[in-house]
Amino acid sequence: MAMLHIVNKSPFERVAFKSCLDHALAGDSILMIEDAAVGATDGTIFSEELKAAMADKSVYVLGGDLAARGVSEDRMIDGIKVVDYAGFVNLTVENDTTQSWV
Amino acid sequence: MATKKFMYVNRKAPYGTVYALEALEVVLIAAAFEQDISLAFIDDGVYQITKEQSTDGIGMKNFSATYKALGDYDINKIYVEKESLDDRGLTADDLMPLVWEDEDDDWAEKPSIKIVSREEMAAVLAAQDVHYSF
Amino acid sequence: MGMLDVNGTSVEVDEEGYLEDLSEWTEEIATAMAAAEDVDLSEEHWDIINFLREYYEEYQIAPAVRVLTKAVGKRLGKAKGNSKYLYSLFPYGPGKQACKYAGLPKPTGCV
Repeated sequence: MAMLHIVNKSPFERVAFKSCLDHALAGDSILMIEDAAVGATDGTIFSEELKAAMADKSVYVLGGDLAARGVSEDRMIDGIKVVDYAGFVNLTVENDTTQSWV
Repeated sequence: MATKKFMYVNRKAPYGTVYALEALEVVLIAAAFEQDISLAFIDDGVYQITKEQSTDGIGMKNFSATYKALGDYDINKIYVEKESLDDRGLTADDLMPLVWEDEDDDWAEKPSIKIVSREEMAAVLAAQDVHYSF
Repeated sequence: MGMLDVNGTSVEVDEEGYLEDLSEWTEEIATAMAAAEDVDLSEEHWDIINFLREYYEEYQIAPAVRVLTKAVGKRLGKAKGNSKYLYSLFPYGPGKQACKYAGLPKPTGCV
């Protein structure tokens, strides 16, 4: 049972993102949207935690939300995949269930 | 009317919530009253003034250009907290160069942004008469 | 909500006559809006209208009157950088009236 975890809160502001990482299981996918997109940046106080989670989970970010906050894709942690809205829909279809960490 | 020191504290990233845009509009309106206005960008608020924001992918109005007009409104005290930048892997170079033109100095362009430490920010906040939090 | 007739085609305007969709703006629309208020647009009017459109393009806002006055003084000379001159061109208020003709929303901070 693979699950898609959707996060929309900045990891620097709320514990929602951390809570998501603490509950996601190996093989799950994590999608960062809206303010959570800034969490894709490398070299932050959060990036090591996310990299650790990426050992056994796939991490995605909605490209439009990243660009809107002035973060260019070359500043991202290696291995995070950028998706558009169609990719977002695909992720929901590919996974058995979806949980939003609002 | 005595001039008061007004501080607008911005702590949220833009677009995900409406706080950033609301703060900007309130600041522009407040500028009409010719008070002593300062802006602080702390925590995720620093994302409001990052360079090269593009909202093409999210279908929202890109209001980042409007921060560049603040100098025209005589708003030129913009404090950005260094620790907030550091925590997010950002530097002053990732921010838009916000400037104002000094009419008394042949319209010379001068920087509006001051990068301050958390300690200095605390002192700046403490020196204000009125705080608005967004 | 209302419609403004411009040479046989109509454009949508709000209850105060401001253009609903600023991308629809043409010089003909500005001329028609002015004519509806018995204003014949001169070169001096166009200087201000064009300035406002450039300002909006760059900063995504219509400038407050104080900002407009200062900027006009810098660009078009001190003699024009005062509210007396701007009100002589736009008696209903340089912010409101000129922004309307320029197809912009009402200025932010227009109180």
